[in-house]
Amino acid sequence: MTALNHKLMRDLWRIKGQATAIALVVAVGVMLLVMMSGMLSSLIETRETYYERYRLADIFAPVTRAPLGMLDRIAEIPGVAAVEGRVQGGALVDIAGQALPVRATALSLPAHRAPKLNEIYLSDGRMLTPGRTEEVIVLQTFAEAHDLQLGDYLSATMHGSLRDFRIVGFAMAPEFLFTTAPGEFVPDDARFAVLWMNEEALAAAYDVEGAFNEALVSLERDARAEPVLAAIDRLLDRYGSLGAYSRDDHVSDRFISEEISGLQATSVAVPPIFMGVAAFLLYIVITRLVQSEREQIGLIKAFGYTDWEVAWHYFKMVLVIAVAGALLGCVLGIWAGRGMAGLYQAVYKFPFLVFRVDASSFVMGVGVSVMSASAGGLFVLRRVFRLTPAVAMRPPAPMDFSRSGALNDRLKNWLDQPSRMVLRRIFRNPGRIFGSVIGIAVGMGLSSAQLSVMSGFDETLDLTFGVIDRSDVSVSFFEPMPAETAFDLAHLPGVIEVEATRGVSAVLRNGLNSYRGGVTGLVGEARLNRAVNKDMTDIAMPETGIVLARALADILDIGPGETLMVEVLEGKRPVLEVPVASISETLLGSPAYMRMDTLNRDLGEWGRVSGAYLRVDSDRLPELYEALKETPSVAEVTRREDARAAMQKLMDTGAGAMRYVMAAIAGIITFGIVYNAARIAFGEQARDLASLRVIGFTRGETSFILLGELAIVVLLAIPLGVGIGYYLFFLIAAGFSTDLYQIPTTFQPDAYGTAALAVVLASILSGWLVKRDIDKVDLVATLKTRE
Amino acid sequence: MSKDIKNTFETRGVTKVYGEGEAAVHALRGVDLDIPRGEIVVLLGPSGSGKSTLLNIIGGLDRATDGKAMFEDQDLTAMSDRDLTRYRRDHVGFVFQFYNLMPSLTARENVELVTEIADDPMDVDEALRLVGLGERMDHFPAQMSGGEQQRVAIARAIAKNPTVLFCDEPTGALDSKTGRAVLHVLNDVNAKLGATVMIVTHAAATAAMAHRVIHFADGAIRRVETNDTRLSPDEIQW
Repeated sequence: MTALNHKLMRDLWRIKGQATAIALVVAVGVMLLVMMSGMLSSLIETRETYYERYRLADIFAPVTRAPLGMLDRIAEIPGVAAVEGRVQGGALVDIAGQALPVRATALSLPAHRAPKLNEIYLSDGRMLTPGRTEEVIVLQTFAEAHDLQLGDYLSATMHGSLRDFRIVGFAMAPEFLFTTAPGEFVPDDARFAVLWMNEEALAAAYDVEGAFNEALVSLERDARAEPVLAAIDRLLDRYGSLGAYSRDDHVSDRFISEEISGLQATSVAVPPIFMGVAAFLLYIVITRLVQSEREQIGLIKAFGYTDWEVAWHYFKMVLVIAVAGALLGCVLGIWAGRGMAGLYQAVYKFPFLVFRVDASSFVMGVGVSVMSASAGGLFVLRRVFRLTPAVAMRPPAPMDFSRSGALNDRLKNWLDQPSRMVLRRIFRNPGRIFGSVIGIAVGMGLSSAQLSVMSGFDETLDLTFGVIDRSDVSVSFFEPMPAETAFDLAHLPGVIEVEATRGVSAVLRNGLNSYRGGVTGLVGEARLNRAVNKDMTDIAMPETGIVLARALADILDIGPGETLMVEVLEGKRPVLEVPVASISETLLGSPAYMRMDTLNRDLGEWGRVSGAYLRVDSDRLPELYEALKETPSVAEVTRREDARAAMQKLMDTGAGAMRYVMAAIAGIITFGIVYNAARIAFGEQARDLASLRVIGFTRGETSFILLGELAIVVLLAIPLGVGIGYYLFFLIAAGFSTDLYQIPTTFQPDAYGTAALAVVLASILSGWLVKRDIDKVDLVATLKTRE
Repeated sequence: MSKDIKNTFETRGVTKVYGEGEAAVHALRGVDLDIPRGEIVVLLGPSGSGKSTLLNIIGGLDRATDGKAMFEDQDLTAMSDRDLTRYRRDHVGFVFQFYNLMPSLTARENVELVTEIADDPMDVDEALRLVGLGERMDHFPAQMSGGEQQRVAIARAIAKNPTVLFCDEPTGALDSKTGRAVLHVLNDVNAKLGATVMIVTHAAATAAMAHRVIHFADGAIRRVETNDTRLSPDEIQW
């Protein structure tokens, strides 16, 4: 090894603390880059492969009951590649030991052949035997949640009649990547089932023999979906079409797509922040190093080394730190990515999700860190070039504070000398201080924004389950029933209050903007499930007009007073023109409310209800569930507490862990900056500090001069961090809020508190490490050395 | 041991050993010394002879490995770190070869740095006038010559009205004219304030201005001389 390389190794060892801090910042940046880009490509590829291999339909066309012959007609539509008809329906599954029946979707599989579209992935057991109407294949995750085994029996209520089935297989399917019970937003494996059955059995159960009630369509490669959708709607119109929709509108695909685009945005935005901070740190650290080694540089040059050789020597130091950080980041990225893939698999039901990182992610991670580190280093190398041996071997002139002392008169009256020293250093080197403040603030902003998003979940829970929906149990019927059906529920055990509701699915349209959703009819003075305005007070359902959730009004670009087109997809399928009466606040979903009587009148179906919200005596819930199971009109029963608990659980696991990750990120950036700033300040001031100790200043008083500067940096950074955090949070909220879920943009003090705490703790740690050095200073030796 | 309050320092058997075992270096090998109050004492000797080590020990910057060092009636060798800091703060002024001024403070502020923490400081302007720097008190170190910086350092050292002033190579970085001016200031300080002044130096000629000259070699005192007639710094030949 050459002598210069020996020097390099020893220099690195000498600044190991600082080098480690910088390498950590680089590592976190690369880790996020590798983890996110790897996760992104893994998700996209896995989804594509899964969709393709199991032939997920491009178009879903639900219909009340259409003859099989219509499938051929659909196949003739230009652009259609393949068509499959199937029977689907809602069911309630009885699980031994569970009071409440579990909601399920039952789907048919054709006998004697594989389905042309929407095939299933059989994870265990076998396919159905043609003709065996009692056989059933169950969604694997549901089976696992209830510990169901092959050969077990399962009772399910379909269309009002209870039947027993034998489980022959477990499966997954690309259309159930993301499964929630209808009307819910968070997956809970235990509370939603999918049952695949022989077509004839299901057709008999739902009264659609010789027909289908959902057409699946795949498109030719370059075909556009819109004309095909329109054509299908026209064909199926008289069979009770519920409106064909494309895969993009399928709930499962939508959730995963939203996730992917969110990840995409984050992976582009976040890692550069770390690289920027690392570049800044390398810049200040190497600057200091070159400054303190000017005599050595002069000497080396005097020996005859070229400028390039000397510059390369210092540049190698930059490279070693950057590459070491990047390699660590790659390893951490794979590790974190695997963990993240595990989290994803808890939410998204991929039969396989292998976290795979392209070589390009590593190359990019290492490349980006080397490049940004070089950018930081290059500025310094200019100085190395400029140092001539003669100049370098003279000691540098003492730092000149005469200009930054201009504030003298104003400061003088109320500052003692140590405070003046702190302030003068700050004013003398505003660039470095500014860089440190910005770096810490951005790190803190980044994590407080993420933390705010997570804190927002609590608000979502409170608003959704505390303010808007105050019922204990909601019940929905198989089909619209006379109003008495709801009122009869009041006689069931434990029921204290009943509030009927009427829901219809509909396409809401304002000009070119449209939204496929539904309209919920509420009683005039709703108490259990209500619309609320910004102040969280009730919005009474108006005699005429519709109340839209804010997210929905935004999508439709409509405001109070304007007229909305409502194309009802049920019954006589009327098209209504309804004025928008007001806007309601929601954070989950995008409901549209009307007064129930008005909705029924407009539908031409007087006095119909489709479900009810119940307030119940919790002690008598088991009795109530028993009674509800016996009630043939009841299709679904949901306990509010279960929905809330599912959300809470999701928060506590995945998102809960992220809370620590985010705090750690703020902490690492702060540590990297503060520790380096402190080391440098210490290096520059070691002699001053020793002098102070000699004069008779105590350790505490001496540390103040050094740590005071850092305290000011941190104190400036925290409010700026709050500002940046709030701004980022606003961008995230605006970018990530959808009709399914809205991120509340209210200020979340705890998020900023957590991030600020991480910053403060990291600062204290760095301060403590440096104070240890101050305390260890050899007074005599330091005083005798020449700077 | 008799206590003679006329002495600022009394040391008995002060030993300083750096390192252990075979690598041990004996910087001081049992030094016994009495320094009377109010004298100018010059410590002479080659590098590594132990003069600076002794200065550091009685200045409260370093600890003896063995032996006893008394300042008036206080045992420096028994003091805690905190007590030593207190001792330096209340009684000791230091002047160093490389001045060790705070670059971020003006001349006046460098002196104020000390007067703010001292019990009974002198007026800052007076301290600066004593060293002949009344005019330039609002300049920063970077705007001053070496001699001026050293005079600020002396002003800073005397501003607390110290009992003792330690000067380690105070003229080492200065030319002869400036060096002489600095010695003048030290002489004045001794005369006007009555502070004991201890000067460690390689410049043997400086000895001529001292009351007492202590010669060091190999970590021990070889010889102590007292000058019956002292020269003024102007008369010293470099």
